[in-house]
Amino acid sequence: MATEVLIAAEHLTRFFGHTCAVKGVSFRLAKGEVLGFLGPNGAGKTTTMRMLTGNLAPSAGRISVAGIDLLDSPRQAKARIGYLPEQPPLYRELTVQEYLRYCAHLNRVPGRELGRAVDQAQARCGLTEVRRRLIGNLSKGFQQRVGIAQAILHNPAVVILDEPTVGLDPIQIREIRALIRELGENHGIILSTHILPEVQATCSRVQIMHRGQLVFSATLAELQEQMITQSLILGCQAPPDLHTLEAMPGIERVTPLAAGRFRLAFTGDNPAEALAARAAAEGWRLRELSPEQRSLEQIFVELTTREPDAEAA
Amino acid sequence: MMIFTIAARELRSLFLSPLAWSVLAVVQFILAYLFLAQVDNFMTLQPQLVGLEGAPGVTDLIAAPLLGDAAIVLLLVTPLITMRILSEERRNGTLSLLFSAPVSMTEIVLGKYLGLLGFFFILLAMLVAMPVSLLAGTPLDLGKLTAGVLGLGLLLAAFCAAGLYMSSLTEQPTVAAISTFGLLLLLWIIDWAGKGGDEVSGLLHYLSLLRHYEPLLRGLVHSTDVLYYLLFIIIFLGLSIRRLDADRLSH
Repeated sequence: MATEVLIAAEHLTRFFGHTCAVKGVSFRLAKGEVLGFLGPNGAGKTTTMRMLTGNLAPSAGRISVAGIDLLDSPRQAKARIGYLPEQPPLYRELTVQEYLRYCAHLNRVPGRELGRAVDQAQARCGLTEVRRRLIGNLSKGFQQRVGIAQAILHNPAVVILDEPTVGLDPIQIREIRALIRELGENHGIILSTHILPEVQATCSRVQIMHRGQLVFSATLAELQEQMITQSLILGCQAPPDLHTLEAMPGIERVTPLAAGRFRLAFTGDNPAEALAARAAAEGWRLRELSPEQRSLEQIFVELTTREPDAEAA
Repeated sequence: MMIFTIAARELRSLFLSPLAWSVLAVVQFILAYLFLAQVDNFMTLQPQLVGLEGAPGVTDLIAAPLLGDAAIVLLLVTPLITMRILSEERRNGTLSLLFSAPVSMTEIVLGKYLGLLGFFFILLAMLVAMPVSLLAGTPLDLGKLTAGVLGLGLLLAAFCAAGLYMSSLTEQPTVAAISTFGLLLLLWIIDWAGKGGDEVSGLLHYLSLLRHYEPLLRGLVHSTDVLYYLLFIIIFLGLSIRRLDADRLSH
Protein backbone atom coordinates (compact mmCIF):
# COMPACT_ATOMS: atom_id res chain seq x y z
CA MET A 1 0.00 0.00 0.00
CA ALA A 2 1.33 3.38 -0.97
CA THR A 3 1.86 5.68 1.97
CA GLU A 4 -0.16 8.86 2.01
CA VAL A 5 1.89 11.84 0.85
CA LEU A 6 1.15 14.76 3.18
CA ILE A 7 3.51 17.33 1.77
CA ALA A 8 4.91 17.48 -1.71
CA ALA A 9 7.26 20.39 -2.34
CA GLU A 10 8.60 20.82 -5.84
CA HIS A 11 11.49 23.05 -6.81
CA LEU A 12 10.84 25.60 -4.10
CA THR A 13 12.80 28.77 -4.69
CA ARG A 14 12.73 31.98 -2.76
CA PHE A 15 14.55 35.21 -3.40
CA PHE A 16 14.95 38.08 -0.96
CA GLY A 17 15.92 40.88 -3.28
CA HIS A 18 18.91 39.44 -5.14
CA THR A 19 19.76 36.91 -2.46
CA CYS A 20 18.52 33.43 -3.14
CA ALA A 21 17.55 31.99 0.25
CA VAL A 22 16.17 28.69 -1.02
CA LYS A 23 17.11 27.19 -4.36
CA GLY A 24 15.13 24.40 -6.02
CA VAL A 25 14.27 22.36 -2.95
CA SER A 26 12.04 19.34 -3.59
CA PHE A 27 10.94 16.74 -1.08
CA ARG A 28 8.02 14.72 0.12
CA LEU A 29 6.68 13.92 3.53
CA ALA A 30 4.62 10.80 4.07
CA LYS A 31 2.20 10.05 6.86
CA GLY A 32 3.94 8.59 9.87
CA GLU A 33 7.25 10.25 9.08
CA VAL A 34 9.21 12.62 11.28
CA LEU A 35 11.45 14.63 9.01
CA GLY A 36 14.38 16.43 10.55
CA PHE A 37 15.72 19.56 8.88
CA LEU A 38 19.33 20.21 9.65
CA GLY A 39 21.58 22.97 8.48
CA PRO A 40 23.81 25.75 9.67
CA ASN A 41 22.34 29.17 10.42
CA GLY A 42 21.08 30.87 7.31
CA ALA A 43 20.81 27.63 5.34
CA GLY A 44 17.19 28.34 4.45
CA LYS A 45 15.46 26.02 6.90
CA THR A 46 13.17 28.66 8.35
CA THR A 47 12.45 30.17 4.94
CA THR A 48 11.45 26.72 3.66
CA MET A 49 9.20 26.17 6.66
CA ARG A 50 7.60 29.57 6.27
CA MET A 51 6.85 28.76 2.66
CA LEU A 52 5.32 25.42 3.60
CA THR A 53 2.99 27.13 6.06
CA GLY A 54 1.90 29.92 3.74
CA ASN A 55 3.73 32.66 5.61
CA LEU A 56 5.88 33.34 2.58
CA ALA A 57 4.99 32.92 -1.06
CA PRO A 58 7.65 30.98 -2.98
CA SER A 59 9.27 32.80 -5.89
CA ALA A 60 8.95 29.57 -7.87
CA GLY A 61 7.82 26.02 -7.22
CA ARG A 62 4.74 24.27 -5.93
CA ILE A 63 3.60 23.01 -2.56
CA SER A 64 0.73 20.67 -1.97
CA VAL A 65 -0.56 19.68 1.43
CA ALA A 66 -2.43 16.37 1.52
CA GLY A 67 -3.08 16.79 -2.19
CA ILE A 68 -4.32 20.38 -1.92
CA ASP A 69 -2.30 23.10 -3.58
CA LEU A 70 -1.24 25.67 -1.01
CA LEU A 71 -1.18 28.56 -3.47
CA ASP A 72 -4.47 27.79 -5.21
CA SER A 73 -6.59 27.00 -2.15
CA PRO A 74 -4.67 28.31 0.85
CA ARG A 75 -7.57 28.06 3.25
CA GLN A 76 -8.14 24.32 2.88
CA ALA A 77 -4.41 23.61 2.82
CA LYS A 78 -3.63 25.73 5.88
CA ALA A 79 -6.33 23.98 7.89
CA ARG A 80 -4.21 20.83 7.60
CA ILE A 81 -1.04 22.44 8.92
CA GLY A 82 0.03 23.27 12.44
CA TYR A 83 3.02 25.58 12.69
CA LEU A 84 5.30 26.60 15.50
CA PRO A 85 7.59 29.40 14.29
CA GLU A 86 11.02 30.04 15.72
CA GLN A 87 9.51 32.65 18.00
CA PRO A 88 6.27 31.22 19.43
CA PRO A 89 3.37 33.47 18.37
CA LEU A 90 1.91 34.12 21.81
CA TYR A 91 -0.32 36.87 23.16
CA ARG A 92 1.26 37.57 26.50
CA GLU A 93 -1.82 39.22 27.96
CA LEU A 94 -4.01 36.14 27.60
CA THR A 95 -4.13 33.06 29.79
CA VAL A 96 -3.07 29.73 28.31
CA GLN A 97 -6.64 28.56 28.03
CA GLU A 98 -7.94 31.77 26.47
CA TYR A 99 -5.12 31.74 23.97
CA LEU A 100 -5.70 28.13 22.95
CA ARG A 101 -9.42 28.72 22.62
CA TYR A 102 -8.69 31.64 20.33
CA CYS A 103 -6.33 29.51 18.24
CA ALA A 104 -8.96 26.79 18.03
CA HIS A 105 -11.49 29.32 16.75
CA LEU A 106 -8.97 30.63 14.22
CA ASN A 107 -8.38 27.12 12.97
CA ARG A 108 -12.10 26.55 12.62
CA VAL A 109 -12.41 23.81 15.21
CA PRO A 110 -16.19 23.26 15.49
CA GLY A 111 -17.81 24.59 18.66
CA ARG A 112 -18.76 21.29 20.24
CA GLU A 113 -15.25 19.84 19.82
CA LEU A 114 -13.49 23.00 20.90
CA GLY A 115 -13.39 22.37 24.63
CA ARG A 116 -12.18 18.84 24.18
CA ALA A 117 -9.50 19.88 21.66
CA VAL A 118 -8.17 22.55 24.03
CA ASP A 119 -8.15 20.17 27.00
CA GLN A 120 -6.40 17.51 25.00
CA ALA A 121 -3.71 19.85 23.70
CA GLN A 122 -3.13 21.17 27.23
CA ALA A 123 -2.85 17.65 28.61
CA ARG A 124 -0.50 16.51 25.86
CA CYS A 125 1.86 19.43 26.38
CA GLY A 126 1.68 19.32 30.18
CA LEU A 127 -0.09 22.66 30.49
CA THR A 128 -3.14 21.62 32.48
CA GLU A 129 -1.91 23.03 35.77
CA VAL A 130 -0.90 26.40 34.30
CA ARG A 131 -3.95 26.87 32.08
CA ARG A 132 -5.27 29.81 34.07
CA ARG A 133 -1.99 31.68 34.19
CA LEU A 134 -1.03 34.54 31.92
CA ILE A 135 1.28 33.47 29.12
CA GLY A 136 3.51 36.47 29.78
CA ASN A 137 4.22 35.20 33.29
CA LEU A 138 5.22 31.70 32.24
CA SER A 139 8.81 30.53 31.88
CA LYS A 140 10.36 30.17 28.45
CA GLY A 141 9.91 26.41 28.54
CA PHE A 142 6.22 26.66 29.28
CA GLN A 143 5.79 29.31 26.60
CA GLN A 144 7.44 26.96 24.15
CA ARG A 145 5.00 24.26 25.17
CA VAL A 146 2.07 26.62 24.63
CA GLY A 147 3.47 27.20 21.16
CA ILE A 148 3.55 23.47 20.50
CA ALA A 149 0.03 23.06 21.92
CA GLN A 150 -1.15 25.71 19.50
CA ALA A 151 0.39 23.81 16.58
CA ILE A 152 -1.25 20.46 17.38
CA LEU A 153 -4.54 21.83 18.67
CA HIS A 154 -6.66 21.32 15.56
CA ASN A 155 -5.22 17.86 14.92
CA PRO A 156 -3.57 18.86 11.65
CA ALA A 157 -2.23 16.30 9.19
CA VAL A 158 1.15 18.02 9.14
CA VAL A 159 2.89 19.61 12.09
CA ILE A 160 5.81 21.91 11.34
CA LEU A 161 8.03 22.82 14.26
CA ASP A 162 10.87 25.30 13.97
CA GLU A 163 13.38 24.43 16.68
CA PRO A 164 10.82 23.07 19.13
CA THR A 165 13.18 22.27 21.99
CA VAL A 166 14.96 25.62 22.26
CA GLY A 167 14.92 26.92 25.81
CA LEU A 168 13.68 23.73 27.42
CA ASP A 169 15.38 21.90 30.27
CA PRO A 170 16.63 18.33 29.66
CA ILE A 171 13.56 16.72 31.16
CA GLN A 172 11.21 18.86 29.12
CA ILE A 173 13.28 18.08 26.04
CA ARG A 174 12.75 14.38 26.66
CA GLU A 175 9.03 14.95 27.10
CA ILE A 176 8.74 17.00 23.95
CA ARG A 177 10.73 14.44 21.96
CA ALA A 178 8.43 11.70 23.23
CA LEU A 179 5.46 13.85 22.24
CA ILE A 180 6.89 14.38 18.76
CA ARG A 181 7.46 10.66 18.31
CA GLU A 182 3.93 9.98 19.49
CA LEU A 183 2.50 12.59 17.11
CA GLY A 184 4.64 11.15 14.32
CA GLU A 185 2.64 7.94 14.40
CA ASN A 186 -0.50 9.53 13.04
CA HIS A 187 0.74 12.75 11.48
CA GLY A 188 3.56 13.93 9.33
CA ILE A 189 6.06 16.07 11.19
CA ILE A 190 8.78 18.38 10.01
CA LEU A 191 11.12 19.81 12.57
CA SER A 192 14.23 21.86 12.29
CA THR A 193 16.99 21.79 14.81
CA HIS A 194 20.64 22.48 15.47
CA ILE A 195 20.90 19.64 17.93
CA LEU A 196 22.18 16.60 16.09
CA PRO A 197 21.35 13.93 18.70
CA GLU A 198 17.78 15.24 18.62
CA VAL A 199 17.49 14.13 15.02
CA GLN A 200 18.68 10.65 15.91
CA ALA A 201 16.33 10.54 18.88
CA THR A 202 13.16 11.65 17.13
CA CYS A 203 13.35 11.60 13.36
CA SER A 204 12.71 8.90 10.85
CA ARG A 205 14.29 10.85 8.01
CA VAL A 206 16.96 13.51 7.83
CA GLN A 207 17.51 16.29 5.34
CA ILE A 208 20.46 18.60 5.50
CA MET A 209 20.25 22.02 3.90
CA HIS A 210 23.17 24.16 3.01
CA ARG A 211 23.09 27.53 1.29
CA GLY A 212 19.48 27.11 0.26
CA GLN A 213 19.93 23.68 -1.27
CA LEU A 214 19.15 20.21 -0.10
CA VAL A 215 22.50 18.46 0.14
CA PHE A 216 21.59 15.27 1.96
CA SER A 217 18.47 13.25 2.40
CA ALA A 218 18.30 9.82 3.95
CA THR A 219 16.04 7.78 6.17
CA LEU A 220 17.34 7.12 9.60
CA ALA A 221 17.70 3.44 8.69
CA GLU A 222 20.05 4.40 5.84
CA LEU A 223 21.83 6.74 8.12
CA GLN A 224 22.23 4.05 10.75
CA GLU A 225 23.92 1.90 8.17
CA GLN A 226 26.46 4.60 7.49
CA MET A 227 26.99 5.34 11.13
CA ILE A 228 26.10 2.63 13.56
CA THR A 229 26.96 -0.42 11.49
CA GLN A 230 30.61 -0.87 12.13
CA SER A 231 32.79 -1.21 9.12
CA LEU A 232 36.47 -1.63 8.49
CA ILE A 233 38.71 -0.33 5.80
CA LEU A 234 41.13 -2.96 4.63
CA GLY A 235 44.00 -2.02 2.35
CA CYS A 236 46.43 -4.55 0.91
CA GLN A 237 49.29 -4.52 -1.58
CA ALA A 238 48.28 -8.00 -2.82
CA PRO A 239 44.56 -8.07 -2.26
CA PRO A 240 42.66 -11.32 -1.97
CA ASP A 241 39.57 -11.77 -4.14
CA LEU A 242 36.16 -10.65 -3.03
CA HIS A 243 34.80 -14.11 -2.27
CA THR A 244 37.58 -14.92 0.15
CA LEU A 245 36.69 -11.86 2.17
CA GLU A 246 32.95 -12.40 1.97
CA ALA A 247 33.38 -15.96 3.20
CA MET A 248 35.08 -14.83 6.40
CA PRO A 249 32.97 -15.19 9.56
CA GLY A 250 31.09 -12.07 10.62
CA ILE A 251 31.60 -10.20 7.35
CA GLU A 252 28.27 -9.01 5.98
CA ARG A 253 29.19 -7.11 2.87
CA VAL A 254 32.34 -6.20 1.01
CA THR A 255 32.56 -3.08 -1.08
CA PRO A 256 35.71 -2.80 -3.18
CA LEU A 257 37.28 0.64 -3.12
CA ALA A 258 40.12 1.89 -5.28
CA ALA A 259 43.74 0.64 -5.08
CA GLY A 260 43.30 -2.63 -3.22
CA ARG A 261 41.11 -1.17 -0.50
CA PHE A 262 37.84 -2.64 0.68
CA ARG A 263 35.09 -1.53 2.95
CA LEU A 264 34.01 -4.47 5.07
CA ALA A 265 30.66 -4.19 6.82
CA PHE A 266 30.50 -6.68 9.64
CA THR A 267 28.16 -7.78 12.36
CA GLY A 268 29.01 -9.06 15.79
CA ASP A 269 32.58 -8.95 17.01
CA ASN A 270 35.18 -6.92 15.24
CA PRO A 271 36.94 -9.30 12.83
CA ALA A 272 40.06 -7.16 12.67
CA GLU A 273 42.17 -9.65 14.55
CA ALA A 274 41.11 -12.56 12.35
CA LEU A 275 41.73 -10.45 9.26
CA ALA A 276 45.20 -9.49 10.39
CA ALA A 277 46.09 -13.10 11.16
CA ARG A 278 44.80 -14.27 7.78
CA ALA A 279 46.55 -11.46 5.96
CA ALA A 280 49.83 -12.46 7.58
CA ALA A 281 49.29 -16.15 6.85
CA GLU A 282 48.27 -15.68 3.22
CA GLY A 283 50.62 -12.85 2.39
CA TRP A 284 48.12 -10.10 1.44
CA ARG A 285 50.77 -7.53 2.38
CA LEU A 286 48.49 -5.63 4.73
CA ARG A 287 48.91 -1.86 4.64
CA GLU A 288 45.78 -0.56 6.27
CA LEU A 289 43.23 -1.93 8.66
CA SER A 290 41.10 0.73 10.33
CA PRO A 291 37.64 0.93 11.81
CA GLU A 292 35.30 3.25 9.96
CA GLN A 293 32.68 5.12 11.90
CA ARG A 294 30.99 8.23 10.76
CA SER A 295 28.80 10.18 13.06
CA LEU A 296 25.94 12.35 11.94
CA GLU A 297 28.07 15.25 12.99
CA GLN A 298 30.79 14.21 10.59
CA ILE A 299 28.32 13.94 7.75
CA PHE A 300 26.90 17.29 8.69
CA VAL A 301 30.27 19.00 8.87
CA GLU A 302 31.43 17.41 5.63
CA LEU A 303 28.36 18.56 3.77
CA THR A 304 28.14 22.02 5.15
CA THR A 305 31.76 23.13 5.12
CA ARG A 306 32.36 22.02 1.56
CA GLU A 307 32.38 24.86 -0.96
CA PRO A 308 29.58 24.22 -3.42
CA ASP A 309 30.84 24.05 -6.99
CA ALA A 310 27.92 26.00 -8.35
CA GLU A 311 28.80 29.03 -6.27
CA ALA A 312 32.34 29.18 -7.59
CA ALA A 313 31.21 29.45 -11.19
CA MET B 1 -17.45 34.38 11.67
CA MET B 2 -13.67 34.47 11.70
CA ILE B 3 -13.87 38.27 11.54
CA PHE B 4 -15.78 38.33 14.82
CA THR B 5 -13.34 35.94 16.48
CA ILE B 6 -10.44 38.23 15.60
CA ALA B 7 -12.41 41.34 16.56
CA ALA B 8 -13.37 39.88 19.94
CA ARG B 9 -9.77 38.98 20.74
CA GLU B 10 -8.64 42.44 19.70
CA LEU B 11 -11.18 44.16 21.89
CA ARG B 12 -10.39 41.89 24.81
CA SER B 13 -6.66 42.51 24.52
CA LEU B 14 -7.32 46.25 24.34
CA PHE B 15 -9.17 46.17 27.64
CA LEU B 16 -6.53 43.95 29.22
CA SER B 17 -4.04 46.76 28.78
CA PRO B 18 -4.23 49.91 30.88
CA LEU B 19 -4.00 52.02 27.73
CA ALA B 20 -7.64 51.55 26.70
CA TRP B 21 -8.90 52.32 30.20
CA SER B 22 -6.79 55.42 30.57
CA VAL B 23 -7.80 56.68 27.13
CA LEU B 24 -11.46 56.20 28.00
CA ALA B 25 -11.00 57.92 31.36
CA VAL B 26 -9.03 60.89 30.06
CA VAL B 27 -11.27 61.48 27.06
CA GLN B 28 -14.36 61.25 29.22
CA PHE B 29 -12.92 63.66 31.75
CA ILE B 30 -11.92 66.27 29.16
CA LEU B 31 -15.21 66.03 27.32
CA ALA B 32 -17.23 66.15 30.53
CA TYR B 33 -15.40 69.37 31.41
CA LEU B 34 -16.19 70.82 27.98
CA PHE B 35 -19.78 69.67 28.30
CA LEU B 36 -20.22 71.37 31.65
CA ALA B 37 -18.63 74.51 30.29
CA GLN B 38 -21.13 74.51 27.43
CA VAL B 39 -24.03 73.98 29.81
CA ASP B 40 -22.79 76.83 31.94
CA ASN B 41 -22.45 79.01 28.88
CA PHE B 42 -25.96 78.16 27.81
CA MET B 43 -27.36 79.07 31.22
CA THR B 44 -25.92 82.57 31.02
CA LEU B 45 -27.09 83.06 27.42
CA GLN B 46 -30.57 81.65 27.95
CA PRO B 47 -32.32 84.85 29.16
CA GLN B 48 -31.18 86.73 26.05
CA LEU B 49 -32.20 83.90 23.73
CA VAL B 50 -35.77 83.69 24.99
CA GLY B 51 -36.86 86.79 23.14
CA LEU B 52 -35.19 85.93 19.84
CA GLU B 53 -37.04 84.54 16.84
CA GLY B 54 -35.39 81.29 15.56
CA ALA B 55 -32.77 81.35 18.26
CA PRO B 56 -30.38 78.37 18.48
CA GLY B 57 -31.59 75.69 20.89
CA VAL B 58 -29.94 73.44 23.41
CA THR B 59 -28.81 70.99 20.75
CA ASP B 60 -27.09 73.73 18.74
CA LEU B 61 -25.43 75.33 21.72
CA ILE B 62 -24.42 72.28 23.73
CA ALA B 63 -24.49 69.04 21.72
CA ALA B 64 -23.02 70.33 18.45
CA PRO B 65 -20.03 72.15 20.00
CA LEU B 66 -19.38 69.12 22.22
CA LEU B 67 -19.28 66.79 19.23
CA GLY B 68 -17.12 69.29 17.37
CA ASP B 69 -14.60 69.45 20.21
CA ALA B 70 -14.73 65.67 20.63
CA ALA B 71 -13.53 65.31 17.03
CA ILE B 72 -10.38 67.31 17.84
CA VAL B 73 -9.70 65.38 21.05
CA LEU B 74 -10.18 62.08 19.27
CA LEU B 75 -7.92 63.16 16.45
CA LEU B 76 -5.18 63.23 19.08
CA VAL B 77 -6.23 60.03 20.81
CA THR B 78 -7.12 57.63 17.97
CA PRO B 79 -3.50 57.09 16.87
CA LEU B 80 -2.68 55.86 20.38
CA ILE B 81 -5.28 53.12 20.12
CA THR B 82 -4.69 52.13 16.52
CA MET B 83 -0.89 52.21 16.61
CA ARG B 84 -0.32 48.74 18.00
CA ILE B 85 -3.05 46.90 16.15
CA LEU B 86 -0.79 45.37 13.49
CA SER B 87 2.67 46.69 14.27
CA GLU B 88 2.80 44.93 17.62
CA GLU B 89 1.72 41.64 16.07
CA ARG B 90 4.45 42.06 13.52
CA ARG B 91 6.98 42.83 16.18
CA ASN B 92 6.02 39.95 18.48
CA GLY B 93 5.85 37.48 15.63
CA THR B 94 2.19 36.74 16.34
CA LEU B 95 1.25 37.73 12.82
CA SER B 96 2.44 34.29 11.69
CA LEU B 97 -0.27 32.74 13.85
CA LEU B 98 -2.84 34.52 11.71
CA PHE B 99 -0.96 33.89 8.48
CA SER B 100 -0.70 30.14 9.06
CA ALA B 101 -4.33 29.81 10.16
CA PRO B 102 -6.95 29.18 7.50
CA VAL B 103 -7.92 32.85 7.46
CA SER B 104 -7.69 35.27 4.55
CA MET B 105 -5.93 38.64 4.72
CA THR B 106 -9.29 40.33 4.25
CA GLU B 107 -10.67 38.56 7.30
CA ILE B 108 -7.62 39.54 9.35
CA VAL B 109 -7.90 43.21 8.39
CA LEU B 110 -11.68 43.38 8.79
CA GLY B 111 -11.47 41.57 12.13
CA LYS B 112 -8.89 44.00 13.43
CA TYR B 113 -10.88 46.93 12.12
CA LEU B 114 -14.07 45.71 13.71
CA GLY B 115 -12.25 45.33 17.02
CA LEU B 116 -11.18 48.97 16.81
CA LEU B 117 -14.69 50.07 15.90
CA GLY B 118 -15.97 48.18 18.94
CA PHE B 119 -13.71 50.20 21.20
CA PHE B 120 -14.68 53.52 19.65
CA PHE B 121 -18.32 52.56 19.77
CA ILE B 122 -18.00 52.29 23.55
CA LEU B 123 -16.22 55.63 23.66
CA LEU B 124 -18.89 57.22 21.48
CA ALA B 125 -21.70 55.78 23.61
CA MET B 126 -20.16 57.27 26.76
CA LEU B 127 -19.76 60.60 25.02
CA VAL B 128 -23.31 60.75 23.68
CA ALA B 129 -24.70 59.85 27.08
CA MET B 130 -23.77 63.38 28.24
CA PRO B 131 -26.00 65.43 25.88
CA VAL B 132 -28.70 62.76 26.07
CA SER B 133 -28.79 63.23 29.85
CA LEU B 134 -30.17 66.73 29.19
CA LEU B 135 -33.41 65.06 28.13
CA ALA B 136 -34.20 64.83 31.81
CA GLY B 137 -34.71 68.60 31.93
CA THR B 138 -35.31 69.83 28.40
CA PRO B 139 -36.39 68.56 24.98
CA LEU B 140 -33.61 68.03 22.44
CA ASP B 141 -33.59 68.13 18.67
CA LEU B 142 -32.97 64.39 18.36
CA GLY B 143 -32.66 64.48 14.58
CA LYS B 144 -29.88 67.00 14.76
CA LEU B 145 -28.17 65.06 17.53
CA THR B 146 -28.42 61.83 15.54
CA ALA B 147 -26.87 63.49 12.49
CA GLY B 148 -24.02 64.80 14.63
CA VAL B 149 -23.40 61.41 16.25
CA LEU B 150 -23.50 59.74 12.83
CA GLY B 151 -20.92 62.28 11.69
CA LEU B 152 -18.62 61.64 14.62
CA GLY B 153 -19.07 57.89 14.18
CA LEU B 154 -18.09 58.09 10.51
CA LEU B 155 -15.18 60.36 11.35
CA LEU B 156 -13.90 57.90 13.96
CA ALA B 157 -14.34 54.99 11.56
CA ALA B 158 -12.24 56.92 9.05
CA PHE B 159 -9.58 57.68 11.69
CA CYS B 160 -9.42 53.96 12.54
CA ALA B 161 -9.02 52.90 8.91
CA ALA B 162 -6.13 55.32 8.45
CA GLY B 163 -4.58 54.20 11.74
CA LEU B 164 -4.88 50.55 10.81
CA TYR B 165 -3.08 51.15 7.54
CA MET B 166 -0.28 53.11 9.20
CA SER B 167 0.09 50.32 11.74
CA SER B 168 0.42 47.76 8.95
CA LEU B 169 3.42 49.62 7.55
CA THR B 170 5.78 49.43 10.47
CA GLU B 171 7.04 47.35 13.38
CA GLN B 172 7.22 50.34 15.69
CA PRO B 173 3.92 51.35 17.29
CA THR B 174 5.19 54.86 17.95
CA VAL B 175 6.07 55.36 14.30
CA ALA B 176 2.57 54.20 13.40
CA ALA B 177 1.08 56.63 15.92
CA ILE B 178 2.98 59.67 14.73
CA SER B 179 2.32 58.92 11.05
CA THR B 180 -1.37 58.41 11.72
CA PHE B 181 -1.51 61.66 13.63
CA GLY B 182 0.35 63.47 10.86
CA LEU B 183 -1.91 62.11 8.15
CA LEU B 184 -5.11 62.88 10.02
CA LEU B 185 -4.02 66.37 10.98
CA LEU B 186 -2.99 67.10 7.41
CA LEU B 187 -6.36 65.93 6.12
CA TRP B 188 -8.04 68.02 8.81
CA ILE B 189 -6.37 71.28 7.80
CA ILE B 190 -5.74 70.57 4.13
CA ASP B 191 -8.29 73.18 2.99
CA TRP B 192 -6.48 75.98 4.79
CA ALA B 193 -4.38 76.37 1.69
CA GLY B 194 -6.00 77.92 -1.36
CA LYS B 195 -8.99 79.86 -0.16
CA GLY B 196 -9.22 81.39 -3.64
CA GLY B 197 -12.10 79.27 -4.85
CA ASP B 198 -10.33 77.90 -7.92
CA GLU B 199 -10.27 74.21 -8.90
CA VAL B 200 -7.33 73.28 -6.67
CA SER B 201 -8.90 74.75 -3.58
CA GLY B 202 -12.12 72.96 -4.48
CA LEU B 203 -10.26 69.69 -4.49
CA LEU B 204 -8.51 70.47 -1.20
CA HIS B 205 -11.83 71.45 0.21
CA TYR B 206 -13.28 68.14 -0.86
CA LEU B 207 -10.39 66.17 0.65
CA SER B 208 -10.70 67.79 4.05
CA LEU B 209 -12.05 65.57 6.81
CA LEU B 210 -13.40 68.61 8.63
CA ARG B 211 -15.43 70.02 5.71
CA HIS B 212 -17.47 66.83 5.54
CA TYR B 213 -18.06 66.79 9.25
CA GLU B 214 -19.42 70.32 9.64
CA PRO B 215 -22.67 69.82 7.69
CA LEU B 216 -23.44 66.72 9.74
CA LEU B 217 -23.00 68.72 12.94
CA ARG B 218 -25.55 71.21 11.66
CA GLY B 219 -27.94 68.31 11.08
CA LEU B 220 -27.49 68.12 7.31
CA VAL B 221 -26.92 64.55 6.14
CA HIS B 222 -25.61 64.80 2.58
CA SER B 223 -24.97 61.53 0.78
CA THR B 224 -21.72 63.02 -0.59
CA ASP B 225 -20.36 63.43 2.95
CA VAL B 226 -21.35 59.92 3.99
CA LEU B 227 -19.91 58.57 0.75
CA TYR B 228 -16.68 60.47 1.32
CA TYR B 229 -16.16 58.72 4.66
CA LEU B 230 -17.12 55.31 3.28
CA LEU B 231 -14.68 55.73 0.38
CA PHE B 232 -11.98 56.86 2.78
CA ILE B 233 -12.52 53.75 4.91
CA ILE B 234 -12.61 51.36 1.95
CA ILE B 235 -9.43 52.81 0.46
CA PHE B 236 -7.43 52.47 3.66
CA LEU B 237 -8.73 48.98 4.44
CA GLY B 238 -7.92 47.92 0.88
CA LEU B 239 -4.41 49.32 1.23
CA SER B 240 -3.94 47.45 4.52
CA ILE B 241 -4.97 44.15 2.94
CA ARG B 242 -2.54 44.76 0.11
CA ARG B 243 0.20 45.61 2.56
CA LEU B 244 -0.27 42.37 4.49
CA ASP B 245 -0.34 40.40 1.27
CA ALA B 246 2.94 42.01 0.29
CA ASP B 247 4.50 40.48 3.43
CA ARG B 248 4.21 37.07 1.83
CA LEU B 249 5.48 38.17 -1.55
CA SER B 250 8.93 39.28 -2.61
CA HIS B 251 10.57 42.02 -0.65
